[in-house]
Amino acid sequence: MKTKMTIRLLAGAVLALTATAAFADTAGPAPKPGGPNISGFFSPFPFQGGEAIYKGVCQGCHMADAKGAVGAGAYPALAKNTNLETAAYPVSIVLKGQKAMPFFGLQLNDQQIADVVNYVRTHFGNKYKDKVKPEDVKALR
Amino acid sequence: MIGLAAGTTAMYHAMTEMALADTSTFKGPIKLSAPPAGASVLVLGAGIAGMVAAMELRDAGYKVTVLEYNGRPGGRNWSLYGGDTYTELGGATQKVQFDAGQYINPGPWRLPYHHQGILHYVNRLGVALEPFTQVNYNAYVHSTDSFGGKPQRYRTVQADFYGQVAELMSKSTKQGALDQDVTKQDREILIKALRDWGALDANDKYATGLEAGEHRGFASDPGGGLNSMPIAGKRIEMKDLLNSGLWSAIGAGLAYDMQSTIFQPKGGMGQVGKAFGKALEPLIQYNCKVIDIKQDGKGVTATYIDSRTGGAPKMASADWCVCTIPASVLSQIPMNVGGPMKAAIDQIPYMAALKVGLQMKRRFWEQDEQIYGGVTYTNQPNTMIGYPQWDFFSKGKGVLLGSYCFGTPAYIAAAKPPEERIKDALEYGARIHPQYKDEFECGVAVAWHRVPWTLGCAGFWTEEARAKHYDNLCAVDGRIVLAGEHASRIPAWQEGAVTSALDAIERLHKKAMSA
Repeated sequence: MKTKMTIRLLAGAVLALTATAAFADTAGPAPKPGGPNISGFFSPFPFQGGEAIYKGVCQGCHMADAKGAVGAGAYPALAKNTNLETAAYPVSIVLKGQKAMPFFGLQLNDQQIADVVNYVRTHFGNKYKDKVKPEDVKALR
Repeated sequence: MIGLAAGTTAMYHAMTEMALADTSTFKGPIKLSAPPAGASVLVLGAGIAGMVAAMELRDAGYKVTVLEYNGRPGGRNWSLYGGDTYTELGGATQKVQFDAGQYINPGPWRLPYHHQGILHYVNRLGVALEPFTQVNYNAYVHSTDSFGGKPQRYRTVQADFYGQVAELMSKSTKQGALDQDVTKQDREILIKALRDWGALDANDKYATGLEAGEHRGFASDPGGGLNSMPIAGKRIEMKDLLNSGLWSAIGAGLAYDMQSTIFQPKGGMGQVGKAFGKALEPLIQYNCKVIDIKQDGKGVTATYIDSRTGGAPKMASADWCVCTIPASVLSQIPMNVGGPMKAAIDQIPYMAALKVGLQMKRRFWEQDEQIYGGVTYTNQPNTMIGYPQWDFFSKGKGVLLGSYCFGTPAYIAAAKPPEERIKDALEYGARIHPQYKDEFECGVAVAWHRVPWTLGCAGFWTEEARAKHYDNLCAVDGRIVLAGEHASRIPAWQEGAVTSALDAIERLHKKAMSA
């Protein structure tokens, strides 16, 4: 996500951004310089620790029990998911997205991604012992 | 001068050729020649793109079948009314408690004047329109971090910001700072223009005087008879404006898509989908969940099950297929298209968005604050408050759009149950309108990543991905062509769906004629 992106949003505004730059939302007032704000399109998620991040963000699609959901399409279950065996795989998907899943590399830092991947890999029936470190996440950015 | 020499019509055509007067890529009603005898098309999805395709192909003479996941037409063109029930992924069911005549549009809510494609169909279907105000100068811009959290009127922030920028520019011009860039004659014109634009006084100052009042309004408005002198208000100082961030909220109406005139269908955006569905009545099969799409040299077959009950798979076949299933869903359906199209489908994630409708016992924003339609912008996670744009001055109830946010705050909302999303919207809104506490009755919250048939609100293209994949997404692959807002350069807008569908069927028709 180091390249410059321009994203045309449904608010009609054009948003030019670079990976690490803080910027205003398309419509609302800009965040106060230096102040915390979670209103922007790519505002950092304010949660710390794997469980808080999972409950604050991931369960929106993967659900509280991590069993996913099925409609016209499906959100995959993370519970008892053997695809989590190689830690780099979930790290890479959280960072870069895959199919319907958006990328979260702009809104979650290395520590947060390591924490949430470690949480999912040790909960919901997953028992993977090796831990992801923030530097592992950084290497995959 | 083309205009003087050849008249205004010629000038208009010349301008169109120079792309100065373009209104999307819509070029007027599509004209398809008669198709080969017995030719058939399978349309997947009865949203705007699918129904535009189905209607035009049917009218041209194709045998058309439409399969739709939902039990209603429209897709994201959708309004929620009292009595409606909506079940999101995860199983939470909301029964909408709004009074008769009240609604929210969880999806699109605006039809800009230059979206001539969707406006063509709205008119063709006989759906009545009314104006939609985007910029309401008397609505608020609000930051919890500035002015003690007190909302400011849009007009005062805009007038004070423009006025003080004009004053600075005028001063710089007079001091010669712009001598390199502006000729001597033009400097005089610029100074005059800045005076008009910024409401500056005779000394080119943005003073707290009556000139400024012509833009920002007054502490006490002028009137008739005795004691009717206007009293000027006090400007907000530039330093405070810059630090407040509120300057970024007054640009909303400058965007092409937000410029007047904008329309909305009377009775809700969903009226368009309903009218389309009625016009196509025998062609659409509802509650069909497509689980497989296969093509060969002869035709296309979609396998589907009942979206409510499952059961035995059924099949629908045709010579050709227009597939409008959102990429988020389509990426999960087996379909034998070539690598380039498949790669394109697989890399369009869908954006997060949230809309919350709040029914209030009375229209306090009109009665107490003289806000009639339009939008208030805030730095809180609800981002916007939209005021109902119908039944002005009614003594009855009204439904506010209490939250309309994207990205981070919308993801956070999707992770909460509907009742908490409503509670949050009430908390944020009450900081702007304290009346919320007494007047709130009931609400409904739609977080688009929980919507079962889209898994997000709209295709989320980066320019990088678009450069690599967009043409491959739109190209006809064998007997299949894709359409929808995701296959357009007007993402999330219905105009994108319409123009995408028209372009897709034109190319598919050409192929059918040469097959």
